[in-house]
Amino acid sequence: MSSEDKIVLIDEKGRRIDGRGPEDLRPIRMEIDVLKNADGSAYVEQGGTKVIAAVYGPREVHPRHLAFPDRAAIRCRYHMAPFSTSERKSPAPSRREIELSKVIREALESVVFTQLYPRTVIDIFIEVLQADGGTRCAGLTAASLALADAGIPIRDLIAAVAVGKIDGVLVLDINETEDEHCEADMPMAMAPSFNEIVLLQLNGVLSPEETSKAIELGKKGIMKIYELQKETLKKKYELSTRRSQVVT
Amino acid sequence: MKSDGDIVMEQHTANTRRYIGVPGEIVAEGENVRVYGQGVVKIGDKYVITVTSLVEVHNNTITVIPLEGPYMPKAGDVIIGIIEDIGLTAWILDIKSPYKGVLHVGEALSGPFNPLKNNLRRYFDIGDYVIAKILDFDKTKDPVLTVRGKGLGKITRGIIVEVSPPKVPRIIGKKGSMISMIKGETGCNIVVGMNGRILVNCSDPRMANIIVKAIKIIERESHTTGLTDRIRMFIQENKEVCLHELGG
Repeated sequence: MSSEDKIVLIDEKGRRIDGRGPEDLRPIRMEIDVLKNADGSAYVEQGGTKVIAAVYGPREVHPRHLAFPDRAAIRCRYHMAPFSTSERKSPAPSRREIELSKVIREALESVVFTQLYPRTVIDIFIEVLQADGGTRCAGLTAASLALADAGIPIRDLIAAVAVGKIDGVLVLDINETEDEHCEADMPMAMAPSFNEIVLLQLNGVLSPEETSKAIELGKKGIMKIYELQKETLKKKYELSTRRSQVVT
Repeated sequence: MKSDGDIVMEQHTANTRRYIGVPGEIVAEGENVRVYGQGVVKIGDKYVITVTSLVEVHNNTITVIPLEGPYMPKAGDVIIGIIEDIGLTAWILDIKSPYKGVLHVGEALSGPFNPLKNNLRRYFDIGDYVIAKILDFDKTKDPVLTVRGKGLGKITRGIIVEVSPPKVPRIIGKKGSMISMIKGETGCNIVVGMNGRILVNCSDPRMANIIVKAIKIIERESHTTGLTDRIRMFIQENKEVCLHELGG
C-alpha cells in the first residue's frame, strides 16, 4: 500500500477517525438482568460493539465426566452472531472463537470462587451482536457483570479494554477500522481491586517501553470501565428503592 | 477511628450506615474490625465483597447480607421440591439448587417396600410438588431428603411462588415477624421453602393474589427498611378493595 492512499487514522490535530483523542474511550452503555431465563445476564455496548452475556449455574454437569470433585467447572463460549460483521460470518465456531473462549474462561477462572460449588458447572455464553473492534474485551466486561448478576461469588469484577498503536501513537479502545490498519493491538483485562492483569494479548510489535506505557494507558481505561460496572450493579437496587416509593 | 482498624467509608453519616456493596469492593481493612456475613471474604488483611450485598456498618462491626445467589442446601431446612426423576428405590427432586435432592423410599413410606411389586409413581409422580426436609448435605454427595414429619409431603392444592433464595430470610422476617403478619392479616396458610419456593393456600383466590403480590414486593425491596409496615398497609388496602367489590 502506497503512503498516498493510506487511511488517515490520526489527523494533524491528534484526532482519531471517529473524532476521539488518543486516550478517549468510546461511549459505553451497560445493563444487567436483560435475559429472563438466565441466572445472570448483561449487555455491554462500547461504540459500535454490542455484546450480550449470559450465565447459567452453578448447575449439574452434563456430561458427568466433565465435573471436578473439588470445585466447579467453568465452560465459556464466545460466539459472534452471523449478522455481527459486514460480511456474514459462518455460525460455526471458528479457530479464533475457540481461542477467545479459552482465554476468556481462564481470565474469569482467576476471580471465581469455584471451590464453593464442587461437582457443578458454571456456563458462560458471550454473544457478539455487532462487532466493531474490542469484542473480546466487551465480552469479558459483560461476562463478569453477568456473573455478579447471577450472584456467583467472585473476588472482583473484570474490566477489559484494547490498547493500540497507530502511526506511532498509543491509543485507547481501538475500533474495527483502527484494528485493521494499526501497527499493534493489545487487548488487556484486569481485576482492578487487586491490580492484577488477568488477560494480555498482543498482535503486532511494541517495544518494551511502549508495552509498559500501553499497559498504563490500558489501566486508565479499565478503571473508568470498572467504575461504570459498579454503578450498573448498584443501579438495579437503587431503581427498586425508587419503585417502592411509588408503590406505597 | 483507630488507624489499625480503618473502615472504608463512603458517606459517613450516623452510627449505622447501609449501602449496596458490589463484588471487588473492599469493605474494611485491618484487625480491629469485625466482619460478618456470607458475601465477604478476607484476602490478606482486606475484607472483599464477593456477591452484590447489603452492607451495614455499625461502629466497628460490619454485616454483609447477600442479595443474589443460588440456594445452598443445609441440614434441617424445609424446602419445596419438584419430582424430576424416579429410580427403583428413590426419587430425584429439583430443589432449585446446584445439587439435586434425593428422597429414598425409606424416608417416604412407613411400611416395607418391594420394588418388584410396587411402583414409586403411585406415591409421587414426576412433576409433583413435595414439601421435604433436608436430612444431610456435605457437598461430596447430593442432599438427602425426608418427608417424615409434620407438614411434610405431597402438595395437593395451593399456589407456588418462586423467589430468589437470598430473599427468603426477609420474607420470614426477624423471628418470623413478616410471615406471621401476612398470615394474620389474610388468614391464609403459607409454607416458605428455604430454597425460594413458597406455598400459598387460601380459601379465597383474591386473597392469594394479594399475598403473591406482597411476596413479589418483598423480593424486590428486600434491602429497604420499614418493609413490614409497608407490606401490612399494602395488604390492608387491597383487602378493603376486595370487600368493596363484594359490597358493590
